[in-house]
Amino acid sequence: MGVSSKLGNLGVVTTTLDQAINWARTGAMWPLLFGLACCAIEYMSTQASSYDMSRFGMELNRATPRQADLLIVSGRVTRKMAPVVRQLYDQMAAPKWVISMGDCASCGGIYNNYAIVQGVDEIVPVDVYIAGCPPRPEQLMHGVLTLHQKVHGETILDWATEAPRA
Amino acid sequence: MAVVETPTSAPDAYRWEGNIEELRGLVSERAFTGETMLLNMGPHHPSTHGVLRVLLELDGEQIVNAVPDVGFLHTGIEKTIESKTYEKGVTATDRMDYLSPLSNNMAFCLAVEKLVDLDVPPRAQLIRVVCLELQRIASHLVWLGTHAIDLGAMSVLLYAFREREKVLDMLEMLSGQRMMGSYFRPGGVWRDITPDFKPTLVNFLGEFPRAVEDYQRLLEKNPIWVDRTQGVGVIEPDRALAWGMSGPTLRGSGVNWDLRKSMPYSGYEQFTFNVPLGEHGDVYDRFMCRILELWESMKILHQALERLEDKGPFRSDNRKFVPPPRSELGQSMEAVIHHFKLWTSGFDAPDEEVYAAVESPRGEIGCYLHGTGGNMPRRVHFKTPSFMHISSLPLLTQGHFIADLVAIIGSVDIVLGDCDR
Repeated sequence: MGVSSKLGNLGVVTTTLDQAINWARTGAMWPLLFGLACCAIEYMSTQASSYDMSRFGMELNRATPRQADLLIVSGRVTRKMAPVVRQLYDQMAAPKWVISMGDCASCGGIYNNYAIVQGVDEIVPVDVYIAGCPPRPEQLMHGVLTLHQKVHGETILDWATEAPRA
Repeated sequence: MAVVETPTSAPDAYRWEGNIEELRGLVSERAFTGETMLLNMGPHHPSTHGVLRVLLELDGEQIVNAVPDVGFLHTGIEKTIESKTYEKGVTATDRMDYLSPLSNNMAFCLAVEKLVDLDVPPRAQLIRVVCLELQRIASHLVWLGTHAIDLGAMSVLLYAFREREKVLDMLEMLSGQRMMGSYFRPGGVWRDITPDFKPTLVNFLGEFPRAVEDYQRLLEKNPIWVDRTQGVGVIEPDRALAWGMSGPTLRGSGVNWDLRKSMPYSGYEQFTFNVPLGEHGDVYDRFMCRILELWESMKILHQALERLEDKGPFRSDNRKFVPPPRSELGQSMEAVIHHFKLWTSGFDAPDEEVYAAVESPRGEIGCYLHGTGGNMPRRVHFKTPSFMHISSLPLLTQGHFIADLVAIIGSVDIVLGDCDR
């Protein structure tokens, strides 16, 4: 009756709660629709037809940080923009992850000067750094998959025991 | 895995505290009595094409005042170039207008060539024209996709980026990088075109017309598109000129001003092409100007393709400014000396000032360059079209509804890297 007749002989899957949750988290990790500079154009390419990031469960970019799981800092973060980036990160609901895309976001890139924050990890915790100026779409996808690997190593307790972030 | 120390809040240095009194003079007095509403749009907003912040003063749905706040992407590129030799400066210019890096390269290289009086061989000029037009197509495709997505036509972006990837593949063949190739160097281009470049270009020119026809069919007569764009964001020709507009934004108002025609550079005078002009100066006319420019770029590419057969040097052989090719290094001591000199300290430029301007996909990119007599410039300044176009936003948006604002921002085709640099 019901479900069993539709499932046929699929049988039963046993798993741990962590694995099931991490599977769900990596399967639909919605990024924040957030572009800063040149890398944002490559980020758009990655989303668009040729590379199509929806294959990794990322077809939905949320424009509001409240609904996003992943902050991709795509481009150089200036001192004027830094408080904004931090506020966006603070507004995201846990669990949340950060990818620092490109040289400028990771370490300041070629701009070691008065205007650029020398690495976005000065203001938000970064999970994955992607090199390149700008990184190719393949590199961004590799970064996302690396993050997925990292998430698979987490347990739900990692986020449960953490003090609530502002 | 390395453990990153988690900052719990933004460092104090990055905090910003605003004060409403700062707005006096920028918005009308009605905003202080609460009669009109102040609304902040950006810097994180999907329709501002980057990190533009616009402070809107609203009377209901209508925009009374729009105050653009720029500088969220100020990178200090001009200052950075002051500490680079002239050839290294090209790399930094790539990242200003990141939708058309080659136009920036062109403006900077033209200025450097003017400063040191360096000749560019005809073939190098031709390759530059091919690249610039390919870049114009790539840039217009991003504009088309994002402009359409702002007004709710989601699918156009996917089509436009399909073609853009082909252009980027070609640029990658030349420079080895998809976007920031730094392909143009003072005196010519970095290397000759690769053997597979020409067939790819022929192939692209064969299939691109159909794609442009598709875009036109999707939007040109689409009733929603026409309703949202016609009569919106109108600017008269004389005001457009007075506000320093350039490029398709100016030509949408019917002003025939294209630097490729009026101040030809890099051999543009040898090509036959038209300059599409609008009549009404609204969002729709600016849209049509850019679409028609795609066709004109194809015309130029067709003409250039015939002449790409001619052999010749791709870079000047003036060894005081241009490093020798690798093949010479094993045979000539002089070549080794030049190579060492140019890659360690660069070349010296006189203590003079020059200005060179090119027509980028967005408008006039001008480069003001002041040499010191040494190997680094004293001052570099870029006159960029996006800055002018953003400053005219209050004029364009006055009296329109909020929903029209995104149409107007899309139609003037701003790039914040270009504006703030």
